[in-house]
Amino acid sequence: MTTKVLAIDDSRTIRELLRMTLENAGFEVMSADDGVEGVDKFTEFQPDVVITDINMPNMDGFGVIETLRGDSVRTRVPILVLTTESSADLKARARDAGATGWINKPFNDEALVSVMRRVAG
Amino acid sequence: MSGNSIRDTFFEECEELLEALDEGLTSISEGQNDNETVNAVFRAVHSIKGGAGAFALDDLVEFAHKFETVFDEVRSDRLVIDDVLMALLFRASDHLTDLVEAARSDEPTDADVRRGILTELIKYIPSEEDEAAEMDAIDFQPTGLDFSMDLPGDDAEQPTYLIEFKPHRTLYEHGHEPLFLFRCLAELGDLKAQLNTDALPLFETFDPEESYLEWRLELATDEDEAKIRSIFEFVDGLCALEISEKAGDPAASAQEALTNAINIDDADLAPVETDFEVESVLDPSEPSPEPEKVIPVKAQKVAKPAGPSPTLRVDLDRVDRLINTVGELIINQAMLTQRMSEIEGIDLREVESELEDYKILARDIQEGVMAIRAQPVKPLFQRMARIVREAAAATSKKVKLETIGENTEVDKTVIERLADPLTHMIRNAVDHGIEVSEKRVETGKSDFGTITLKAAHRSGNVNIEIRDDGAGLNREKIYEIALKKGLIKEDAELTDNEIDNLLFLPGFSTASEVSNLSGRGVGMDVVKNAVAALGGRVSISSVPGEGTTFMIVLPLTLAVMDGMVISVAGQTMVAPISSIVESIRPEKGAVERMGTRERLLSIRGNYVPIIEVAEHLGLMNADTNDRSEVLLLVETEQSGQCALAVDAIHDQRQVVVKSLSSACGNVPGVSAATILGDGKIAMIIDTESITQSLVANKAASPKMTNLEEVQNAS
Amino acid sequence: MQAEREAEYSKGIELVAFNVNGQKYCLEITKIREIRRWSPVTVLPHSPAEVLGVMNLRGAVIPIFDLACFFGMGKTQANERNVVIICAVRDRSIGILVESVSEIVSIDMSEIQETPKIKSETTKSVIQGVLSVEGEMARLISLNSIVDPIATDMELL
Repeated sequence: MTTKVLAIDDSRTIRELLRMTLENAGFEVMSADDGVEGVDKFTEFQPDVVITDINMPNMDGFGVIETLRGDSVRTRVPILVLTTESSADLKARARDAGATGWINKPFNDEALVSVMRRVAG
Repeated sequence: MSGNSIRDTFFEECEELLEALDEGLTSISEGQNDNETVNAVFRAVHSIKGGAGAFALDDLVEFAHKFETVFDEVRSDRLVIDDVLMALLFRASDHLTDLVEAARSDEPTDADVRRGILTELIKYIPSEEDEAAEMDAIDFQPTGLDFSMDLPGDDAEQPTYLIEFKPHRTLYEHGHEPLFLFRCLAELGDLKAQLNTDALPLFETFDPEESYLEWRLELATDEDEAKIRSIFEFVDGLCALEISEKAGDPAASAQEALTNAINIDDADLAPVETDFEVESVLDPSEPSPEPEKVIPVKAQKVAKPAGPSPTLRVDLDRVDRLINTVGELIINQAMLTQRMSEIEGIDLREVESELEDYKILARDIQEGVMAIRAQPVKPLFQRMARIVREAAAATSKKVKLETIGENTEVDKTVIERLADPLTHMIRNAVDHGIEVSEKRVETGKSDFGTITLKAAHRSGNVNIEIRDDGAGLNREKIYEIALKKGLIKEDAELTDNEIDNLLFLPGFSTASEVSNLSGRGVGMDVVKNAVAALGGRVSISSVPGEGTTFMIVLPLTLAVMDGMVISVAGQTMVAPISSIVESIRPEKGAVERMGTRERLLSIRGNYVPIIEVAEHLGLMNADTNDRSEVLLLVETEQSGQCALAVDAIHDQRQVVVKSLSSACGNVPGVSAATILGDGKIAMIIDTESITQSLVANKAASPKMTNLEEVQNAS
Repeated sequence: MQAEREAEYSKGIELVAFNVNGQKYCLEITKIREIRRWSPVTVLPHSPAEVLGVMNLRGAVIPIFDLACFFGMGKTQANERNVVIICAVRDRSIGILVESVSEIVSIDMSEIQETPKIKSETTKSVIQGVLSVEGEMARLISLNSIVDPIATDMELL
């Protein structure tokens, strides 16, 4: 069974990059344009890993983490946040909300796959 | 799948983001600087930066980053947007557009301009934060691990690390899985793990979500401690972790220490499901009996603001191929209908309803397909906002642009080809139309000039209006210039409208000195030709002191039009129905002669000039005295009503417009061609250009021929 | 032997020879898309005399040129026995009206001689070279220079 990844980002470019990189690495990828759609797709597809952008319309990445970790969903699926701001601040906030780890944009294939392996095997 | 297609995606997305940026900035400049608007602008720039980073477009990343940081300041209420900053933001947005375009075409941009804007942007950014953030933005080093492919060495002196790892409950809550961490460690060297289950309580008191286990790991590796720690980067604070270097023979000591040991080596790195046992041992914290509960959260979903409806991106070539094929289908349908009517001996009524259905279906398909190419004029109008800003800055005038009907949809080609004419007209309006503030105030107007850009659908056409509230056309000056340039005769008596229309003559320029803004050797004639090439026409009206309005009228689609099939000099041709007011079979006495050649039609008390279409097209015609003729009364923007003399009218039908210019260049008096039911090509006459010969007649005679020809070219 | 002959052929080109007003002309076969029987065309207003008009070729508008007229030999009396050669020029198609197509000849590039000095600039620009086909002189024409002056003319109009 392949590992299913849900990629949530409002940038089509980033979504496509994630898809290409992860699919090449053997993951199955589905994507969502914003937090609200992301949470919907999570319940629909039951992915094994979630990658989410932070700054998005409708519901931001923190909202995604809080919803997925919150009482209504309560998942323990790894959630990785994408961030260009590698400021410790944002990462700490994401972690406090329940994020598993982070991926720094711009990412390269190796770094992305390496992070994926640490959280998803 | 190729990197290039993602690059294309990026640039396509950039277009949308830049549009959103411009829209957001415009809203802000109009006083709407709520959080969501500022956030949307921030996101647009941020997404451009994100994508640009992936393609190592460093200039773009750097610029977007500074730009974004300024917005971050605004977002966090540390910075208030005043007029000066607003202008700078617009400039930065324009430059960002340039940078994206440059990156797309792989061309350099003006580094000085960029530096200039950057310097100004930086003034709004607290320096420290900027530098720190900048480091991040330009840091292309992955924070993730570089997996070195080195196999665990056979080097006997490999140091061994002792890792004590006790996950907290939160580690599991954050979605971590110790097994995966161990696998990553195992890739660094030789790993041995020992599980300590001492803390496991009795079943009655067992809390499935608590973390009871701890591990003692021994890793023999050439990697340093930092590398090992980096694997635990994400779990920092979610576990008790101690790493120390161990002395002595790693293998022996490990062996002795392992009581309940699990050896994780490469053999265990098989897919997850195969090492089920390992997993179950390693992960007692999993609430095993109960599957993870997932409750759909749809119910609590935030009402999504009405966003754009879902779209599908299709290669334009495919659409055009489809449009072509549908065009053929329409022609085929017409041919079939014609052939059927020619076959003798069959009762057409039997197939009539099927033929009619075929016709309707074909039209439906065609309309549907044409709608694919339709796009809102919004991006085009937004580009004009930039032109207004730049032109206003260049002329030190205060001008704002108002747009109406941005969502009016027009064929994609129209949008593309209107950009230049509109740019020219907008520049003209700012440069020549709008007065300087002092003068405006003197005449009781607001100090800000307004240019209005309006699009609307009107009876099968698209109307685009460019209106300024400036001083209006200076007719005396126009007349004077036209005279000086030999465009009109000395004693020509022209109506106001005719004088205004002189602007469209080739080589006309109203600027007494050529300003570097609009006077780039391009006149309104170029605008007129560009519009004519799209099958449209442009007209002008002006009220002194109140302003000038240009109206561009374009056919809704370029590919199909309603035509009247006519005969001219033995040739079958098509006249666009939109231009025809009525067709007249003149009674004897309704046609009067003027001199030897000119003829006038008397209609409802008016005398309307008659133009021989055949003569105009350079085709021989039979003697006009004695043949049956039909007159098409056309209403033109410039010449008022005219009657076009043709041999006969046959039919009215929709025709598929085929461009002639690619195969045969531009043909005066003809706008395009079509294929009729019999498979033959028919010329579609350009009524507007044919009637212009009347305007040209007023021009000085030596220039006449030449002028007429240039005018008619499109 | 066989190999040698093939090597020779590979240097060669194939030409389609045709008659225009009794004279023999030829065109490289690779430039030719198809050959059709003449059918009446639609007159193109304001076009030069050598442009007979346009025809519909499966939905495309193709201009048809009268080669005889182009060389100043008067209009070809178009009738059903005449043929139209549809050729590719740059990225478009044009048709040329000729009296008849006579044969396909395989020649070696070296057989083509430079055009001898002639007065007419128009003719000179269009004739790439001459060669002998069964003892008769054939003129190898270049389509670019036929279309260019006409197309440019029309665009300037």
